Amino acid sequence: MASIAEELAKKQRDISIAEFFEKNRHLLGFDSKRKSILTAVKEGVDNGLDACEEARIPAEITVTIKQAGTDRYRVIIQDNGPGIMKKQIPKIFAKLLYGSKFHALIQSRGQQGIGITAAGLYSQLTTGKPTVVTTKTGPNRPAHRVELKLDILKNEPQIIKEEIDLDFRLPHGTKVEMEMEAQFVSKGSSSIYEYLRRTSIVNPSAQIIFNDPTPSKFIFNRTTNKLPKMPKEIKPHPYGIELGIFMRMLKTTSKKTIQSFLTGEFSRVGSTTAKRVLKKVELHNATRPYTLTREQAEKLIKTLQTEKLMVPPLDCLSPIGANSLEASMKTELSAELVVTVTRPASVYRGMPFQIEAGIAFGGNLKSEGQAEIMRFANRVPLLYEKSACAITRSIGEIDWRRYGLSQTGGRGVPYGPLTVAVHMASVWVPFTSESKAAIASYPIIVKEIKLALQECARHLRNYLKRQYRRQRDQARIDAFTRYSKELAGAIADLTRGNKEKIAELIEESLVKNTKAMIKVKEGEQ
Amino acid sequence: MKIDHSSTIKKLAKLGEEVLEQLEKKKNPEIDVRLRSLNNVYFDEKDRLIRLGNKVQKRSFFNLNQSKKFMQTMLIASLCKELLEQDKPPLSIRQIYYALKRTLPNSNENTFDAQKETDPLIEDIEVIIDALREELNLIATPKGVIAGPLTIRDKTSGDDINLAKMGSAGYSVPAIVEKNTIDFKHCSADYVLVIEKYAMWNIFNRLKFWDKNNCIIITGKGQPARAERRLLQRIHDELKLPVYVMMDMDAYGYYIYSVYKQGSINLAYFSEKCAVPDAKFLGLKVSDYENFSVPKTALIKATKSDMKRLDEIKKYDWFKTKEWQKELKDLKNFGYKIELDSMVTKGVDFAVKNYVPTKIENKDWLD
Ligand SMILES: Nc1ncnc2c1ncn2[C@@H]1O[C@H](COP(=O)(O)OP(=O)(O)OP(=O)(O)O)[C@@H](O)[C@H]1O
Ligand SMILES: [Mg+2]
Repeated sequence: MASIAEELAKKQRDISIAEFFEKNRHLLGFDSKRKSILTAVKEGVDNGLDACEEARIPAEITVTIKQAGTDRYRVIIQDNGPGIMKKQIPKIFAKLLYGSKFHALIQSRGQQGIGITAAGLYSQLTTGKPTVVTTKTGPNRPAHRVELKLDILKNEPQIIKEEIDLDFRLPHGTKVEMEMEAQFVSKGSSSIYEYLRRTSIVNPSAQIIFNDPTPSKFIFNRTTNKLPKMPKEIKPHPYGIELGIFMRMLKTTSKKTIQSFLTGEFSRVGSTTAKRVLKKVELHNATRPYTLTREQAEKLIKTLQTEKLMVPPLDCLSPIGANSLEASMKTELSAELVVTVTRPASVYRGMPFQIEAGIAFGGNLKSEGQAEIMRFANRVPLLYEKSACAITRSIGEIDWRRYGLSQTGGRGVPYGPLTVAVHMASVWVPFTSESKAAIASYPIIVKEIKLALQECARHLRNYLKRQYRRQRDQARIDAFTRYSKELAGAIADLTRGNKEKIAELIEESLVKNTKAMIKVKEGEQ
Repeated sequence: MKIDHSSTIKKLAKLGEEVLEQLEKKKNPEIDVRLRSLNNVYFDEKDRLIRLGNKVQKRSFFNLNQSKKFMQTMLIASLCKELLEQDKPPLSIRQIYYALKRTLPNSNENTFDAQKETDPLIEDIEVIIDALREELNLIATPKGVIAGPLTIRDKTSGDDINLAKMGSAGYSVPAIVEKNTIDFKHCSADYVLVIEKYAMWNIFNRLKFWDKNNCIIITGKGQPARAERRLLQRIHDELKLPVYVMMDMDAYGYYIYSVYKQGSINLAYFSEKCAVPDAKFLGLKVSDYENFSVPKTALIKATKSDMKRLDEIKKYDWFKTKEWQKELKDLKNFGYKIELDSMVTKGVDFAVKNYVPTKIENKDWLD
């Protein structure tokens, strides 16, 4: 019996993550031909923007889609980021769970170390073609071109070809090319176009160019030259740590004692707190972290979580900023009014996060039907799993009728010429799955989203009121003016007087009266 | 022949001048309009007339709720003045609506959208400038016919018309019977008999009742229009003829009598010019049933709505005399109504030969 179990265990280990994801690729957003190409573009663009931001370079991203057969497309994503060291290339693009962001609590688009490799994997599975990466780290360095495949069983990269690319024109940057089975849609809520358009709204300092297969070229210009503030990495806060991660941290830490582990690897744990907690769980301060048993670890983290600790530092986040968001929504949406709000940062399960919202109204926005909703997490548009998302839920829980908009039964998405945008920035966005499409509905997150939206909605309501009043006043003045002309004629006929002179008299008194009218109105407010 | 409209023209001009004056004094144009609603209508006990009270409402051009009405009022006034000055034939109140309806420049708003907008404003102008609609050269459709020893001159054509020579049809009451249009040239009648309905008037005319009894017979064919009432008043006032009224014996008949006599609530401002407070109610009244042995077959059971109407008119101030309250009570107790037409049960010429002469001779009437 024991030998069978052993055998099984061996086999279990042999099931590589790559193999597992081949079977579960829907979790990564590669479940349909239409969605897969969008996911691939998204992974490439996210990485490019992340890299540029980290290197403090104003991003310039070019996405090119070329038809390569029936239901087959070549996807090329190029950025002007810092480039990638040659020896890193294979692991980044052909090894799952390899990334720089997984262990770091820092606001970034990528967080799992799966994204781009999964895209390459999808390409490989549907066309058998390798992923081609060309990257250059500086003006005087050569551009390396590498063709890669992923060994699915081993989750290890396989280099097919490697060469220097003399035609790479950028001083630095990375170009990723993949061929895949796909379906291309040019416009609509889950199109690449829409994804890039929305990306440009929440990345006002980025320039995005899109060459679609028709072929048409779209340019989404930057609306600011100011780069977003650099987000800061923070240590995890005990409130948000799960046992598994805690145990892994115990094993991998470089800290020699449990006390220095607690004070050094976590936010807001000082030596007094650490000592007190260790005393409670009857552990010696100098215990070596890796020696803790599962039971000891569990007791320790649970006790630590019942301590009253300060919230983690909140200045680690980099919101878009109400002004920048307003400017880019204005540019992109040609609305009559745009109001935006950035909430103060808050914390869910020890993770700092911050909500921003914007409402655009009128102008070129379509007036029939429900409002357009734009969801964003760490400056990435979320296009799928709308109904599972905390943003959609929060919008639906607001009674928009109170703000002068129409809505069925006081629930759900409001109607009218409206775009509602919500952005969540966090060191770790709680997505509902690995495809990073919907934000989980933690009560504090829903509350913050609602507060942000309600504040925008109040501005909108005031605007609508003012506008209504202005229209009403104008309608009044127009009516008086129309009637004045008739009246002048009638009085002239009755008195055999001069019509022009009488019209002037009425006009004079109309001017006097409208002034009085407007004064009264101001007094009312 | 030219009709003299000068006094009405002057009144209309004055209305315009008042507004102009306000404008020149940098005041907001306003006109006072006497309220025509029920709460400004009262029964004048002394003159025995329904009258309009003195409550006025300001209509201001720079009040958005009144602005359009103000403008509309002036449009109607100026059109009336123009038509009078040109001595055009009178227009009906529907025609006035059409004549004024147009789209205001650079808008999709009309001066008037329905006749129900012009109608009340015409009545407003009547009270504002104290002139009758007929003096404004506007008409309601008259219905009445008249016959008898009266010669009138119609100044619109200059014809003299002898109402004793109108054959079986009688003379149709013209829409406008104002002094500037109709003159009484000659009259030998001793009184006027008002008959509610045409069918009975027709018998009186064909049997030459007016000739044999030396009187004028007139019907308004049910609820009378303005012209019949105005003409009746002029005949009564100017020719000093007593007026007797003969109606169905029911709440509606009694009410129509009161309209001839005291005027109506709706046209309270018009009573002074059309009511005949001296008019006497000849019948049919409850006592006639026995006095003239009316057969049972002439009776119609009073309906619920008849009874309700009876209760209503009983509360009108002008029915609050002792004898009228008794009559109304008797009628209610009687429980039947009797139509004038039913008198033929006693013979076609019964009313002509027997009923009316007897009643007048016996002074058997209600006041
Ligand atoms: N265009 C690029 N320029 C520079 N570095 C890159 C680029 N693309 C990827 N990288 C590096 O490769 C790592 C792995 O990327 P990958 O997309 O697989 O994972 P991730 O972005 O960390 O997380 P996620 O799975 O959430 O996308 C990134 O963390 C980043 O350090
Ligand atoms: Mg990524």
